[in-house]
Amino acid sequence: MNPHNKSTEELKEIASQVRRDIVRMVHAVNSGHPGGSLGCTDFLVSLYFRVMYHNPEFNMNGNGEDLFFLSNGHISPVWYSVLARAGYFDVAELATFRKINSRLQGHPATEEGLPGIRVASGSLGQGLSVALGAAQAKKLNNDPNLVYVLMGDGELEEGQVWEAAMYAAHHKMDNLIATVDNNGQQIDGSTEEVMSLGNLRAKFEAFGWLVLEANGNDFDSIVPALEKAKAETGKGKPVMILMNTEMGFGVDYMMGSHKWHGVAPNDEQLEIALQQLAVKQASDY
Amino acid sequence: MKDFPYTEKKDTRSGFGAGLLELGRTNPDVVALCADLTGSLKMDAFQKEFPERFFQVGIAEANMMGIAAGMTIGGKIPFTGTFANFSTGRVYDQIRQSIAYSGKNVKICASHAGLTLGEDGATHQILEDVGMMKMLPHMTVINPCDFNQTKAATIAIAAYEGPVYLRFGRPAVPNFTPADQKFEIGKAVMLNEGTDVSIFATGHLVWKAILAGKILAEKGINAEIINIHTIKPLDAEAILASVAKTKCAVSAEEHQLNGGLGDSIAQLLGRQMPSPLEMVGVNDSFGESGTPDQLMEKYGLNEQSIVAAAERAISRKKA
Repeated sequence: MNPHNKSTEELKEIASQVRRDIVRMVHAVNSGHPGGSLGCTDFLVSLYFRVMYHNPEFNMNGNGEDLFFLSNGHISPVWYSVLARAGYFDVAELATFRKINSRLQGHPATEEGLPGIRVASGSLGQGLSVALGAAQAKKLNNDPNLVYVLMGDGELEEGQVWEAAMYAAHHKMDNLIATVDNNGQQIDGSTEEVMSLGNLRAKFEAFGWLVLEANGNDFDSIVPALEKAKAETGKGKPVMILMNTEMGFGVDYMMGSHKWHGVAPNDEQLEIALQQLAVKQASDY
Repeated sequence: MKDFPYTEKKDTRSGFGAGLLELGRTNPDVVALCADLTGSLKMDAFQKEFPERFFQVGIAEANMMGIAAGMTIGGKIPFTGTFANFSTGRVYDQIRQSIAYSGKNVKICASHAGLTLGEDGATHQILEDVGMMKMLPHMTVINPCDFNQTKAATIAIAAYEGPVYLRFGRPAVPNFTPADQKFEIGKAVMLNEGTDVSIFATGHLVWKAILAGKILAEKGINAEIINIHTIKPLDAEAILASVAKTKCAVSAEEHQLNGGLGDSIAQLLGRQMPSPLEMVGVNDSFGESGTPDQLMEKYGLNEQSIVAAAERAISRKKA
């Protein structure tokens, strides 16, 4: 049985707490990436508290459990908070984010041995390949569990992603569920202005993928989409969820703008954010 | 000067292929990935015997490095195969982040290194790969000298946990090291003990160093010849012990002087035992088309260059 099978109400409460962690973490060091972290919070909470079968007693090899890879490593705050809240390490350690001698590096890394991280990420475009390798190993090991990977939409401008997309279809990687954080923003502006991505559904379908879509900021959309994706595994095709999200979701002044990609709130802005991110029972680190 | 008899010339890439095939038979965790160069890398025997453990990735080296990194997570020992140029420069950031920084047990196996790739020319003749790879923390860098040693090295790196760059080449060269040798990573091999000059060679230049040793012996110079098959970690103990005796050194490699074996030896001697060091390698230029022998001669990677370097090193010794 999955020990993380939370109800939608519980997921919402956890997501608010995770968002509080995110804004406090980036505020404390005046650096980090709150926008994408807030936008992907509901997705990561759905994965770790509902959809994935995983063991917080961390084993690097991940045999016998589902694996998650974060390719767009700059949204490390949300992953660290979710890992801590799921029991991989003490939530108090979130206070060390981006500080000297911390296991919580600016971008996820294995070097310091943080439980839950299986590969370094941050230099974009590499996570889908690594996830495919892990999925290939699961097939060799006759391990029926799944591999999940999240990429940013701007990240799809990296050529390696399309090398990996081709491999996934050719080698029938049907034990992998990839997700794109489709928030339409990147550092220099909207994806439309910087490098238009065109019709992503048609592109991935043309590469031989099964493509689903979901609202990544609505548990009633993202959870069923993930369940549907799971049901579509094992059928000879890799599965993609194009997940529409709003950057900065949950904090009104950050929402929908690329300006909060890599900027931390000041003291006053933090207070406003925390007021908006109400929880029934706050358990801030 | 010792004699180094051999019965045939063989390419080092075939040593890799033979080692990989043997690993396939003895270690079920070994898997192989190739970027559309299966025949050139001599991986076809492994592919034929273990099709379920062989992964064709197409002309997509960046993806190959990422997949290899991911496979280690499930306990596999991936051997990637492509030319040295596409194994390093083309995929440096993938190796850096997904393999080296992530401490992944990937064996990056690189053929057609250096000038001896020949007629294809400078686009394919990488002479910077050792430098790039040795700069990466956690990375081990190995450049064996002949078929038998390449086979032994291939087998040895599967038993070592951590990322390895294994460099070998295309041309047939004298196969003179023992077939039953035990390959020890990081352990230099003494080929000929001498007293006048230490010659540290790696890869294809090891045989050239032996030829140079014979010429030097005819001139009354007693050269110590050491095969440095592992450039990182460098066998500092063996190098310092030799130079303490001979008081001068020559390095020889099929690589740029910047970043190669000679550069590592210069760092070691500069810090611990300042001594005359002459370096045989490519001096800040790209290669070009030609036969391997023509190129090695034109760029000074032959026994005559090693002899001249040894004489220069000896002349610089303090009286």
